[in-house]
Amino acid sequence: MVTEILGIIIAALLSQNFILVKFYGICPFMGVSKKIDTALGMGMAVTFVMALASAACWAVNWLLVKLNITYMQTVAFILVIATLVQVVEMFLKKSIPALYKALGVFLPLITTNCAVLGVVLVNVQNNYNFLLSVLNGAAGGLGFTLAIVLFASVRERVNKADCPECFKGFPIALIAAGLLALAFMGFSGLSIS
Amino acid sequence: MNFKKQFNEGLLTKNPVTVQLLGMCSTLAITTSLFNGIGMGLSVTIILICSNMLISALRKVIPNQIRIAAYITIIAGFVTVVDLVLQAFIPALSENLGVFIPLIVVNCIVLGRAEAFASKNGVLASAVDGLCQGIGYTVALVIMCVIRELLGSGTFGGGLLNGGEGIRIIPAQFPAMQMVMPVGGFLVLGFVIAGSQWLMQHLEKKNKKKEAAK
Repeated sequence: MVTEILGIIIAALLSQNFILVKFYGICPFMGVSKKIDTALGMGMAVTFVMALASAACWAVNWLLVKLNITYMQTVAFILVIATLVQVVEMFLKKSIPALYKALGVFLPLITTNCAVLGVVLVNVQNNYNFLLSVLNGAAGGLGFTLAIVLFASVRERVNKADCPECFKGFPIALIAAGLLALAFMGFSGLSIS
Repeated sequence: MNFKKQFNEGLLTKNPVTVQLLGMCSTLAITTSLFNGIGMGLSVTIILICSNMLISALRKVIPNQIRIAAYITIIAGFVTVVDLVLQAFIPALSENLGVFIPLIVVNCIVLGRAEAFASKNGVLASAVDGLCQGIGYTVALVIMCVIRELLGSGTFGGGLLNGGEGIRIIPAQFPAMQMVMPVGGFLVLGFVIAGSQWLMQHLEKKNKKKEAAK
């Protein structure tokens, strides 16, 4: 059990990093990585929602299996995630305004973040139990945060670089992300078993 | 209705991948062989056309406040259909694309077109828009696939031609494996977007020269 838990954490953070290895959540990765502090805010919001969504969708999936309608998974999960994001937003606004202020802008964006739906689908495919699902969600979110914060700090420098006209903006940022992915490839052999 | 303009927008000037920068997760993740690229492109095109048509037909019925939720539910329905059809009839493709088929639900292209076009235009125009944007997406995927496959595995048409092995162009010991790995995805997409930006700047200059000559 302990090795399994450690294995999931290491995979989600480094060797199977959600962004740089598995390509979940590239849109916010490119869109919200212009400044380090906004990147950190986005990362925290995503981690929070991913852990919650993993828990909620584990329960929903249990129900779907019981009712024998697992073909409704995609529809059910996306609706659960959309509702969850809305509920979290309202809850934070009411009871933890400080956290809401920090995450506020990013919360609505998370519904269409493939990292959240992705982690839920991966949990179901791997038949993780409740504890491992939540753990995978939280660790995956931390991996997301790690990648987006690293990338934001690289990007602040890259934007000032002098490069050919047609590479300005996104192309050069993608190439920088490629180099970051190359660095993360170094972790690919890492596993605990 | 201006079919030529819509087509041109989908393919080049408003290409979903290279200009609007939408749906990049699947673009980066699955473009490792021609088979995957074409399969993913066609799946998204079909879903785009269907969801665009249905959303456009229902645009006066769906209340404005809950429209996003309604769109997502409609899209998720079509994605489930495509997912099940692929599992039943093309299991190899379904296995290759894996989780990225259900993830079409959150592919911003589909929701983006629903919000930007289908919710404001007629059924036929929306279908054409879905088709054009879908073709633009497919073309971008195919270009990525051809480059990555050639550099990464040294073949052309993997999964489709020559009994699924693809036609070997570069001898097996030379290709750089990294190009079919995540690194290659980022690098190749960077160069493809840079290429399309260069092309558009080039065309714009040409047009200006023409006008100046007049």
